[in-house]
Amino acid sequence: MKAMLVGFVAIAVIAVGADYTLDQMGWSAAEQGASSSSVRLGN
Amino acid sequence: MRDIRHFILGCIVAALAFIGLVSSLTPGMVNAQEAGSVAPQTEIDRSATGGAPTLEDIMRRQQGLPVDNSERAANVGDPSGAANLSDQLGTLGGASDPDLWRGMRFNEADVTTQVRGPAAEVLIQDRGMWWLQFREGPLLTYGGYLLLGTIGLLALFFLIRGRVKIDGEKTGRRIERFKNFERFGHWLLAGSFIVLGITGLVSLMGRKFMIPVMGHESYALIAGASKWVHNNVSWAFMLALVMIFVMWVVHNFPDKTDLKWLAMGGGLFGGGHPPAKKFNAGQKLIFWSTIVLGASISVSGISLLFPFELPLFAKTFAILNSTGLPEMFGFGILQETMTPHEEMQYAQLWHAIVSFVLMSIILAHIYIGSLGMEGAYDAMGSGMVEEQWAKEHHSLWVEEVKEREGKAPSGATPAE
Ligand code: HEM
Repeated sequence: MKAMLVGFVAIAVIAVGADYTLDQMGWSAAEQGASSSSVRLGN
Repeated sequence: MRDIRHFILGCIVAALAFIGLVSSLTPGMVNAQEAGSVAPQTEIDRSATGGAPTLEDIMRRQQGLPVDNSERAANVGDPSGAANLSDQLGTLGGASDPDLWRGMRFNEADVTTQVRGPAAEVLIQDRGMWWLQFREGPLLTYGGYLLLGTIGLLALFFLIRGRVKIDGEKTGRRIERFKNFERFGHWLLAGSFIVLGITGLVSLMGRKFMIPVMGHESYALIAGASKWVHNNVSWAFMLALVMIFVMWVVHNFPDKTDLKWLAMGGGLFGGGHPPAKKFNAGQKLIFWSTIVLGASISVSGISLLFPFELPLFAKTFAILNSTGLPEMFGFGILQETMTPHEEMQYAQLWHAIVSFVLMSIILAHIYIGSLGMEGAYDAMGSGMVEEQWAKEHHSLWVEEVKEREGKAPSGATPAE
């Protein structure tokens, strides 16, 4: 039982840690796809 | 243990579902090429529309049939052929507005942008409909049926066979099967997999099944949370997958005992208990499915988590094409150039399909590891199993353990 609970807690810790780390790195998947501004055509 | 039967059943259902998925993927692929590369079937007279789509084209599109767009795709203006500005009827350039729009539509326009990112230059991605329809249609439907079918088969098996009991007299003695650390690894894997499975299904099926029940507002909240959890819990799964692999791979190489075990159907249909080492053939299949499919899910998942950074499929398709296999099996030549978005579409489908297969296998595993077999759960619960259980399901392993214990000081019964 203990190993199981520790495992589940570790999942939560890793998830929060991952979110924090990617955030610190300035990563955002949502910003990858859209070209929100400054598009120029032709030239 | 005896999960081979479940595994085989799972495999059959998975294979059937997979064939279904692939066959419905094929027309999708044709559709994907709708945007330009479908070879002209017959020479179409476009004089009436000056090269624009004909009524026939429009009808074909409405019926979801492939349309030959090559003429339009090529018709994006020709700056070099344009009359010079100082000439009679000279133009400001070689491309009219319609030319430009066609260029965008067929991804031929010369786009410059300050936005950094691999997909920023794609202004119109017109190859998404087949993906969307496939995702909302066959993927969701067959995937759902695969899981329900697996649960149904397991229920049926439970009704027919009942719980696999410990045959012999229980000894009351316990032997250590998995150490704390191993059980931690297992539950890290299991917990994260189940969370990922549920949140993944929410993403795929929520629109269809949850919005009608709870409305858009509440679902939006759940979907957002679900996505956060899915993206971030993935790391725990990947870490656990590595742990499991490192800890247990030595016990999972196939050997002679597996043949006998498989030949006896794991002893599931009577005929006594076939001998097995630490893991029997059924478990080895579970192990390797978890490792191989889990790794594949992880790789496609990372590709999705970092959009456009790790495209996998155009390259994979090119390698497959070079083997000649896709053509041999009637898939034609697979697409070797893709827009960044198409790469993501394929990654999404692959991620989901492989996940469905692994979920179905794991359902069988969960069943046999808990409800389906007396004494099995203890191995992952306390780590200590009933000696009689071990003798019946892992006789060769028990001998090994006894031999080791014989060498150790007597009375060294391992304690929790
Ligand atoms: C509530 C869910 C689960 C239960 C009750 C459970 C139970 C068990 C048990 C009792 C064992 C040890 C079998 C033995 O003593 O020989 C085991 C092993 C294992 N489990 Fe699980 N498990 C669960 C979920 C999962 C999940 C979600 C995964 C993978 C994604 C997984 C992967 C494995 C693997 C690879 C093994 C080693 C091979 C095998 O024994 O089949 N388990 N599990």
